[in-house]
Amino acid sequence: MYQKKSAILQGKDWVLIWMYGLITIIGLISIFSVEYKSNDDVVKSLFAFQKNYSKQFYYLIACVIVAMFILLTDSKLFTATPNLLYVFGIGLMITTFFIGKTVNGSKSWIPLGFMNLQPVETCKIFTALALAKYLSRSDTNFSKPRSQLIASVICFLPIVFSLLQNETGLALVYFSFLLPMYREGFPPAYLVIGASMGVLLVVTLLFPAKPLIIFLGVVALFLINSLKRKIKRNKPLLFIIVGAWALSSLFIGVMVPFLFKHVFQQYQADRIFSMIGKDNPYVIGNTVDITTNAVEKKAKSDKENYNVKQSKIAIGSGGFFGKGFLKGTQTQGDFVPEQHTDFIFTSLAENFGFVGCVILMILYLIMLLRIGFIAERQRSTFSRVYAYSVAAILFFHIAINICMTIGLAPVIGITLPLMSYGGSSLLTFTILIFILIRLDSDRQMVLR
Amino acid sequence: MPVFNQSRKNVISLIFIALFAIIIIRLFTLQVITSKYKILAEDQGTFRKVVYPDRGIIYDRHRNAILQNVNISDLMVTPNKLRGIDTFTLCKILNIDTAQFQKKIIELIIKNGRSRPSVFEPLLSDEKLAMLNESMFKFAPAFYLQERSVRSYPYDAAANVLGYTAEVDTNFLKKHPNEGYVAGDYAGMTGLERSYEKVLMGERGIEYWKRDNKNRLTERLGDREYDTLAKAGKALYSSIDIELQALGEKLMQNKLGSIVAIDPKTGGILAMVSSPTYQPKYLTGSERRKHFSELFLNPALPLLNRTVSATYSPGSTFKTLQALIGLHDGVISTSTRFSCSGAFYGCGSAKPMRCLDVGTFDLRDAITISDNTYFANVMQKVINNPAFPTIDSSLTHWDNYMYSFGLGRKLGVDVPSEKMGNIPTPKYYNTVYGKGKWNFCNFRSVSIGQGEVSVTPLQVANEMAYIANKGWYIAPHVIDSIEGGDKYSQLTAFKKRIQPTNIPDSIFEAVHDGMQGVVDRGTGAGAKVKDIVICGKTGTVENYYKGVKQQNHSFFCGFAPRDNPTIAIMCVVENSGRFGGTYAAPIVGLMIEKYLKDSITDKARVARLEQLSKLNLLPPRIFAELRRQDSIRHSKDLSYLLAKGYIKLVKDTLGIEDDEVNNDDFDKMNKDKPKGNKPMKDTSLSHEAILPKEKKSNNILDSSKRQN
Repeated sequence: MYQKKSAILQGKDWVLIWMYGLITIIGLISIFSVEYKSNDDVVKSLFAFQKNYSKQFYYLIACVIVAMFILLTDSKLFTATPNLLYVFGIGLMITTFFIGKTVNGSKSWIPLGFMNLQPVETCKIFTALALAKYLSRSDTNFSKPRSQLIASVICFLPIVFSLLQNETGLALVYFSFLLPMYREGFPPAYLVIGASMGVLLVVTLLFPAKPLIIFLGVVALFLINSLKRKIKRNKPLLFIIVGAWALSSLFIGVMVPFLFKHVFQQYQADRIFSMIGKDNPYVIGNTVDITTNAVEKKAKSDKENYNVKQSKIAIGSGGFFGKGFLKGTQTQGDFVPEQHTDFIFTSLAENFGFVGCVILMILYLIMLLRIGFIAERQRSTFSRVYAYSVAAILFFHIAINICMTIGLAPVIGITLPLMSYGGSSLLTFTILIFILIRLDSDRQMVLR
Repeated sequence: MPVFNQSRKNVISLIFIALFAIIIIRLFTLQVITSKYKILAEDQGTFRKVVYPDRGIIYDRHRNAILQNVNISDLMVTPNKLRGIDTFTLCKILNIDTAQFQKKIIELIIKNGRSRPSVFEPLLSDEKLAMLNESMFKFAPAFYLQERSVRSYPYDAAANVLGYTAEVDTNFLKKHPNEGYVAGDYAGMTGLERSYEKVLMGERGIEYWKRDNKNRLTERLGDREYDTLAKAGKALYSSIDIELQALGEKLMQNKLGSIVAIDPKTGGILAMVSSPTYQPKYLTGSERRKHFSELFLNPALPLLNRTVSATYSPGSTFKTLQALIGLHDGVISTSTRFSCSGAFYGCGSAKPMRCLDVGTFDLRDAITISDNTYFANVMQKVINNPAFPTIDSSLTHWDNYMYSFGLGRKLGVDVPSEKMGNIPTPKYYNTVYGKGKWNFCNFRSVSIGQGEVSVTPLQVANEMAYIANKGWYIAPHVIDSIEGGDKYSQLTAFKKRIQPTNIPDSIFEAVHDGMQGVVDRGTGAGAKVKDIVICGKTGTVENYYKGVKQQNHSFFCGFAPRDNPTIAIMCVVENSGRFGGTYAAPIVGLMIEKYLKDSITDKARVARLEQLSKLNLLPPRIFAELRRQDSIRHSKDLSYLLAKGYIKLVKDTLGIEDDEVNNDDFDKMNKDKPKGNKPMKDTSLSHEAILPKEKKSNNILDSSKRQN
């Protein structure tokens, strides 16, 4: 066949490869500008594996090699092994409980000597493959609730482990699998319910519970009154409205407090509250302290806000054209904490301004839309689901990370794909993308 | 089946695009619309570093720098680099123990943070600097030396004229809100440093630096396009003759008083001695604070510039002016004679003004022998002049003469804190005695420069310049010209002649004759200098301090040479006792000799100079006050006083002027000494020991309080 005798890069999606290349290089430059001091010997430190940008440079080389290997493997490998890999991934996450290393309060890292591996990060690949595998099985009928449940379990099982490891940010990433599931026929009602729960959550945080429940009750009564005629014809509608109100009340009164008291760590809850400009009322055990130590609390929430404030200052001071490469005062002055990892976007935004940001956003958007386009041209369900999984993961990371730097989302510590410093993150996204490219080059085949 | 949900791909794309659009809109508002973050970034990311220029240099009339700058080093420390340095050696050099060292470091960390350099020890002495320089390698990189520019005084003279700089306080900042001072800046506080602050301070430069999250300055911002260069302060060229000034200070040591010498042709001040003075370098450098409080508390008020801030009754020096007025009003002529049978009986009162020489004198002789009766008569004639209908108008007329001579008004000299003195007005007597209820006899002592009239030494010197010039003067000033021009028009007033009344030369000639007589054969013979015709006038001024009559002030003023006067001079020695001719006249003589002949070579004259400079004429009350302060502060016995040299000072005085000095004081000192080593109780006196400055300078005014 044509493909078989072709060279490694034949039939590959060049747009995606270009986007990958451009974004990783922009990332490298941004990391460089964070660390660079005016009298550094750039060439020397680039090869010395001392500075972060030099490390990232080597990680990138490693990733390119990995990508080559992926492109050289048979795409059937990826359809044959997902279940095994998924089990392996879950196994790794469990192993972490025993040999894990704690970084920034989350025990989710496995030290490998030359680098630290974060199984929850790597597991995204396996989960994406496993989901694709499950949905592409000939005996899966995704319109049945049973299949929907199994698919959901596959996607959300890692969340449980991740939460247990104190790694909320990456756990939330797994919710992005809702997107490929939606594409494959997951009822939108679930998504609507999910979305309205999200809205309700925010409203619950903003307003006191009792008046809110009363207000919703009034809304429900008003609805029943105005829909009198319809209800007469269609009795279950009444139950739906009443049931929705009851569920909302339960959510407001019980579930949200439970979530903030027992699921989220206190610092995470603090962050979420500091985002909306309130103090966290769900401090475990000592609710009395809230009023007495108001000043102390304020100071603490100020500290939480510090990252976002500095990040906004760096981005906002960039202006339209930016301050110029290596001329950002905030970046050069190390004002933004964690700038080379989670807040790498600020480096770009300060140096290259609004123009630079828009260019990066466009590159990302091209990448995402291209993946969507690739997904739709696959003959096999496996490749399509996988492609949408990749797009969803990327989208979730990009959206949350950038929203977090500009103060639209709480700081939950997830990386900006292909930009942020870190071998684990870069490798994960490289593998994700290049498996897709590999699968795409076999788009004429039906892979199961 | 895949076809089934194909429409959902558009929903997904839409979600992508929608969220990206939201992000881009948010970025647009953050980066392009809002300016808040740019300001915040500038605030924290950049630093406006103010670069202080060197202050201007002040030169004397021969272009010798009398006030310039030297670099002194501060020892700087960066606390977070302290590990592994040789603390022990450092402590030994700095003469502190390790506990103090620790404490200091902790204080600095609290004040300035760990990673920013702070001043560990400011303004190192030469000795410490040399020792540190030798072993600096042991303390690097945590410690380093940083040079800074400090005022220096090559001649160690003219402290009160030059003034000092000090850190500005909140009061200063309130008074000078828009002149760019910030807390921590130095500004001129007194003397020329104050008057010419604008010129001397130069223009500050601004450098923009990048700053990091620990507030360290990292590098210059951009291509320095916003930076402005610091411009050094402009030099001032003064009329001071620094050698004359130094001689004056030498002659006046151990005395209270002042000397002012003016070049009558230009109004330029040649010397402005206020005694006691202090070493100007005391108020720069590391010991500044300690020295300042010592000087501040000193009862002899070394920080007071007596030449402009102390006022005295002019005494007999006033008679020259009375003569001018009498002659110009035509109430007397040069040949008018009055006789003195022992006192002035014109008022017929029980307290007649005595005259020293009994006889009949014309104007010249009356000046020469300083005859009280003569000038009482002159002023009586001026006041009772029938040309003026009332005493109010005649006294006003007399006052106007005095104002035109530069008395009773500020002369506008460029040294701060000038006092205006006092010329009594009809209004004053109207309030004291009631309108129409007073006449010449109520203020007859004014005629001989006692009573309500008071003047500053500068005014007397200026009055001499006026007489020397035969009717005009230029407002006295220290600074002749400013490098680069007089930008703030500070010197315009010093360029024009002031000639308010046209008194004919012949009148001045008559007064000059009398004044020459004073030196040649009269009361001021002590001022005589070989080959120089000096015109002068002595004054012996009665005075009171807190209502108690004190020893007389000794005044002498004059000018020389008579034909072409180049120096007008006055000297006052406070509470010296004796007469004006006794102390002030020889001092003036030596000053004139020094100025006109450039040096004093004659052996006898040098000996006279040395004798005068060793002479101690400090009034006993100063000793008493000093001793009281010392006993409060140090609670030490006599050995302390001996060690401090006070006893020696008194002994010197005793040796030379046995009859003049109050022996009581020395005796009292012995008696007062605390028994044993027990500290004296200081409760009763402590509050007086820290009298504020204002209150003290009032005490000086007391000395010229009106007498009855």
